[in-house]
Amino acid sequence: MEKINVVNLTKIFGSNPEKALDLLAKGISKDEIFNTTGQIVGLANINFTISQGEILVVMGLSGSGKSTLIRCINRLIEHSQGQVLIDGTDISTLDHNSLLELRRQKFGMVFQHFALFPHRNIIDNVAFGLEIQRMDKELRYEKSRSALKLVGLEDWEEAKPSQLSGGMQQRIGLARALAIEPDILLMDEAFSALDPLIRGDMQNELLALQARMRKTILFITHDLDEALKIGNRVILMKDGQIVQIGAPEEIVLSPANEYVQKFIENVDKSKILTAKSAMIPVNITASPDDSPQIVLASMKDNCMDRILVVKSDNTLLGTVNSKTLKIACDEKTIVNLIDKTVPTATINDSLKILITILAEWSGQLPIVNEQYQLLGIVNPNNVLLALK
Amino acid sequence: MENIPKLPLDHWIDDGLDFLTDNFAFLTKIISRYLEDTIDYMVESLMYLPPWLIIIIFALIAWRFASYKVGIFTVLGLCLLWNLRLWESTMETLTLVLVATFIAILIAVPTGILAAISKLANRIIMPLMDLMQTMPAFVYLIPAIPFFGLGTVSAIFSTVIFAMPPTIRLTCLGIKQVSPELMEAADAFGSTKTQKLLKVQLPLAIPTIMAGINQTIMLALSMVVIAAMIGAGGLGGEVWTAIQRLKPGMGFQAGIAIVILAIILDRISQKIGRGKNE
Repeated sequence: MEKINVVNLTKIFGSNPEKALDLLAKGISKDEIFNTTGQIVGLANINFTISQGEILVVMGLSGSGKSTLIRCINRLIEHSQGQVLIDGTDISTLDHNSLLELRRQKFGMVFQHFALFPHRNIIDNVAFGLEIQRMDKELRYEKSRSALKLVGLEDWEEAKPSQLSGGMQQRIGLARALAIEPDILLMDEAFSALDPLIRGDMQNELLALQARMRKTILFITHDLDEALKIGNRVILMKDGQIVQIGAPEEIVLSPANEYVQKFIENVDKSKILTAKSAMIPVNITASPDDSPQIVLASMKDNCMDRILVVKSDNTLLGTVNSKTLKIACDEKTIVNLIDKTVPTATINDSLKILITILAEWSGQLPIVNEQYQLLGIVNPNNVLLALK
Repeated sequence: MENIPKLPLDHWIDDGLDFLTDNFAFLTKIISRYLEDTIDYMVESLMYLPPWLIIIIFALIAWRFASYKVGIFTVLGLCLLWNLRLWESTMETLTLVLVATFIAILIAVPTGILAAISKLANRIIMPLMDLMQTMPAFVYLIPAIPFFGLGTVSAIFSTVIFAMPPTIRLTCLGIKQVSPELMEAADAFGSTKTQKLLKVQLPLAIPTIMAGINQTIMLALSMVVIAAMIGAGGLGGEVWTAIQRLKPGMGFQAGIAIVILAIILDRISQKIGRGKNE
């Protein structure tokens, strides 16, 4: 289901947006519009949708319009043209009170520099959104406590924001946004002000929370690694326009143009690409009902030392190696000879994980689904090819 | 220049004031009576209490809000005033300062808020502030007399006008300097203007407003002394008498008393402001 739908969104900063919009429609560039009219094009014809439960990351350098974009979604900035639909409602049609109501109910926002209220203690910071909704004290404290628990800071209720470290402050910022139980989380460079280690922790924590809560998240960042790590899809912006939109893998594997290419040069692809991109189909497997002789023969034909054993429904049982087979050739079937210690990976595991496994396991790495059914295998050279 | 007739600016102002006096005197007379009664009552109550009790109360306030050092200073300072037989004058001056400050805050804080949230109000209020602050303090005394008659109420009136501007300015500043990020956060959660003002702007402006109130108290004290010229009495009255009789000793004695009172009021009001900040 589409939660947020952005259609032809344009924002002009300046006193005479009409003129700039005309010029923009004629295809005149942003710089030229600024030179002739003095109007600044903040966003130009932005189109995208976010579905329920998705994390969409907007990545761009400063001045690319990403901060303007996120503020158009909850109308902190009024756009000049186009539509922003939240659950199908065009937010520019809302009157002032309905807009406030929409912000109170649907949006939780997290800010780059935390924007905690220094005069309020932690619990009152977290409860701020609920207080604005005029919820009574007990209920809002109760909800705020569970939000604090989500971010693991339930023991800090009475502290003031200045007593907390940056990472903890941003957890409070996140708790404040989560306390109102919003459908949508707007995260404006939420982790950019944190140092790298803490930032990594916060990213993981956000992903863990998201796995439980399934919020719709619009996340702004200037860090491509961060974008590729946490985004289900990523939008790359430049000069107020979308350069590319797609899943992290798509962006890494097929950058839209040189600009994107330049960005992904320094990206650690092994973190982004998954087993899917390195997996090859399995040609030969053994069945537990086969006799050792048959299995040995087919292994010999294919110059294999070890073979995967799967049941008829494709469930992986383990491996057998030729040595074991040769010793036990009087067994009727191989079912008792299976070595069950074979490592496996899932299709969504990153190549980085695969590399760690393959460093210890010199052979085919079976890729399985949740039912432990064999989907394919990855050889070390497949990983290298994918990363090339 | 000699050939150009003089602009009758003074006459215009006189006419304007006369008009106001003629039409609003009934109102100012009522205010005057009630305020005078209140002040007299306050001074009487303060005089009714034994000085040592008031000294202890003040020392406790100073110790609680400022520090034990200020507390000790308060005890010593007030004991000295008591010993110098200036107790009644001190209580009169203190009452005038507190009443004038109270009224000034009552007017100044809302005015400051208005100046912060409305551009139009700001454009009207700020030049008025400049006028109020640069006009020689004595000038306010003159029109006060036809409105409120000689005495304490006229003193309060001119003191309020003279002492208000810092609180107005600093209230306005305190509200305006709340970081735009915090305002945005408040907006993002759907706050109304009133909610923003009450839950974010005013609480964050309190230290700044308190600094303004501290200044107002100091200005009120200095004006109350000047207002002795129109019969406000108190420590200023002592100074005024000393001037008229050319008695430097008496003058300095009252002057030192004013300084002691000023230090006590300043330290206490400063620390109240800072305490809120932490």
